[in-house]
Amino acid sequence: MASEPILAINNLHQHFRVSRSNTVKAVNGVSFNIFAGETYGLVGESGSGKSTIGRCAIRLYKPTSGSISFCGQDISSKLSKPASESLRSSMQMVFQDPMSSLNPRKKASDIVGEGLDIHKLYSSKAERDEKIIEMLELVGLSKEHADRYPHQFSGGQRQRLGIARALIIKPKLVICDEAISALDVSIQAQIVNLLKRLQKWAGTAYLFIAHDLSMVKYVSDRIGVLHLGYLVESGTTREIFEQPIHPYTKSLLSAIPIADPAAEKGRAAISYDYASSGISYEDGDDRLVGGTHYVRATEPEFALWAGSK
Amino acid sequence: MSDLILEVKGLKVSFATKAGSVNAIRGVDLELPRGKTLAIVGESGSGKSVTAKAIMGILSSNGAIDSGEILFTPKGEGTLSLEKLSKKQFRKTVNGTLISMVFQDPMTSLDPTMSIGKQIIEGILAHQKVSRAEANRQAVELLRLVEIAEPEKRMKNYPHQLSGGMRQRVVIAIAISNSPQLLICDEPTTALDVTIQAKILDIIRSIQESMGISTIYITHDLGVVANVADFVAVMYAGKIVEKGTADEVFYDPRHPYTWGLLSAMPSIDVKEEELYTIPGSPPSLIGEVIGDAFAPRNAYSLNIDSRIEPPMFKVSQTHSAATWLLHESAPKIGPPKALAERLEIMRRRNG
Repeated sequence: MASEPILAINNLHQHFRVSRSNTVKAVNGVSFNIFAGETYGLVGESGSGKSTIGRCAIRLYKPTSGSISFCGQDISSKLSKPASESLRSSMQMVFQDPMSSLNPRKKASDIVGEGLDIHKLYSSKAERDEKIIEMLELVGLSKEHADRYPHQFSGGQRQRLGIARALIIKPKLVICDEAISALDVSIQAQIVNLLKRLQKWAGTAYLFIAHDLSMVKYVSDRIGVLHLGYLVESGTTREIFEQPIHPYTKSLLSAIPIADPAAEKGRAAISYDYASSGISYEDGDDRLVGGTHYVRATEPEFALWAGSK
Repeated sequence: MSDLILEVKGLKVSFATKAGSVNAIRGVDLELPRGKTLAIVGESGSGKSVTAKAIMGILSSNGAIDSGEILFTPKGEGTLSLEKLSKKQFRKTVNGTLISMVFQDPMTSLDPTMSIGKQIIEGILAHQKVSRAEANRQAVELLRLVEIAEPEKRMKNYPHQLSGGMRQRVVIAIAISNSPQLLICDEPTTALDVTIQAKILDIIRSIQESMGISTIYITHDLGVVANVADFVAVMYAGKIVEKGTADEVFYDPRHPYTWGLLSAMPSIDVKEEELYTIPGSPPSLIGEVIGDAFAPRNAYSLNIDSRIEPPMFKVSQTHSAATWLLHESAPKIGPPKALAERLEIMRRRNG
């Protein structure tokens, strides 16, 4: 990890002004890095700001404050045209709902090939077709699928198309925003395996945004736990799963259902209510637990949690 | 089998489509003892929702029950043959009062233009002879039952003012407003976060116990199944391929499809590089399926699978599976290695 991170998010704030008197503070001072070829899992409940962070990273929102840099270059402010073009060819996104993110009037081959067209990554039509078919086969579809339209595919196949479209230009970073949440468990497993295989093939880094911790565990090298716009705990997958410190992380982990009736019926979910817990995220700082494991806490909170683990 | 609230025998349902007749349910047998919970598991397209809709009498207009029986025995009343009822009779006597249903997406099952109080009262007034004030009182009580804080205030809220978990609670309140005897939950927590999911399952369970309701869960999440189910039925391509008590299906699965489903679940105990996946995709149900529908995706398929459909083989009094592997002259094959390891871990954990 000595090398420079691909994506560095530093003290990111994103506030949405809803009305004159009401501002939604979606993200509050979040910092993390993603290195080449690794997967960073961002977990949290709905409304925790995880998608907002993904969207900030890909410049769909302009951050309120804080900096985002990609390969050492700051991308949180206005970019020149060539800079933003080169950024788009190295950062891609896979969305949650594969039906609404694919153009229903385009053929699969054109959806997948769009990135090639825009960035002019081929010299002849034959090369374009060859690349598209190679990509389709990589994601487990076949040549025959190239002329079909999105509605002719099943949910899992559509998500494969979404992934093919994102990865055909071999980006350095792919943001997967709840990319598997809408799928059946058995299909989820297929897609997760596919993402892992493609990561080896293209050397891509993933920012994997999800609320399902058990799937995140499979794909991620490192995990950040987000709650109410604060990164409450972060560390390697092992650190988070084996010794969670923050009460919110503990409650999230305890809520994962286990496919084992005896264990599941005896599982006691730890409840966590921010309002009544007396914890103040605002007052907390990121404190090092050990290794790369950080938790957001005030001094007394930290002493309490780290002591009682 | 003594006191069954619901018994489905040889149910077949087909849908008329442009491409031909789709045989969505190809002979389903189910039993649900009173007060118990049955979970129907399977991939999308396996026919689990269609089974529920057939029981509720809400099949879409191009769908029809071709054959079979759905016998429903409410407490203290005679057995009803649900497959013979017309839609009108269903509305009048069964839906909402005897059987009610909770759907997956709470946003689409609530009316966005009506306050939630009004929506709950509407159902009560439609089925019970009570005054509006009494219905209002009942509605507040129902909201309290599904653990919504400050129910009197919430009555005036509209669905968009509530979070996903809250909305699903309201849907549950409406479903139980006329004290049904059977509650069908179609993927009730799929759209929700894990923490809220656990809460909703708890609420359903406690209501089930206090009101003595029998429940059918339809889900693809085996974690949810492990949490709620007394009995499990695994569906594939319009048929039940394995059924038994939850313990039997989870700890001693016999059908290769069940093996696949269990192995594909991410587990927080086991460290595997790759998740197991079931290769291929479910077959088209247009026309007849010859032999075992799962055979093309089954690594353990036998010669006979491509010719003759396996019958249900009994493993125990309550446990049975439709695979030729259970035939006495079949080779002895156990679950795949990864699953065997997981079963071993569970065995050790549970002693």
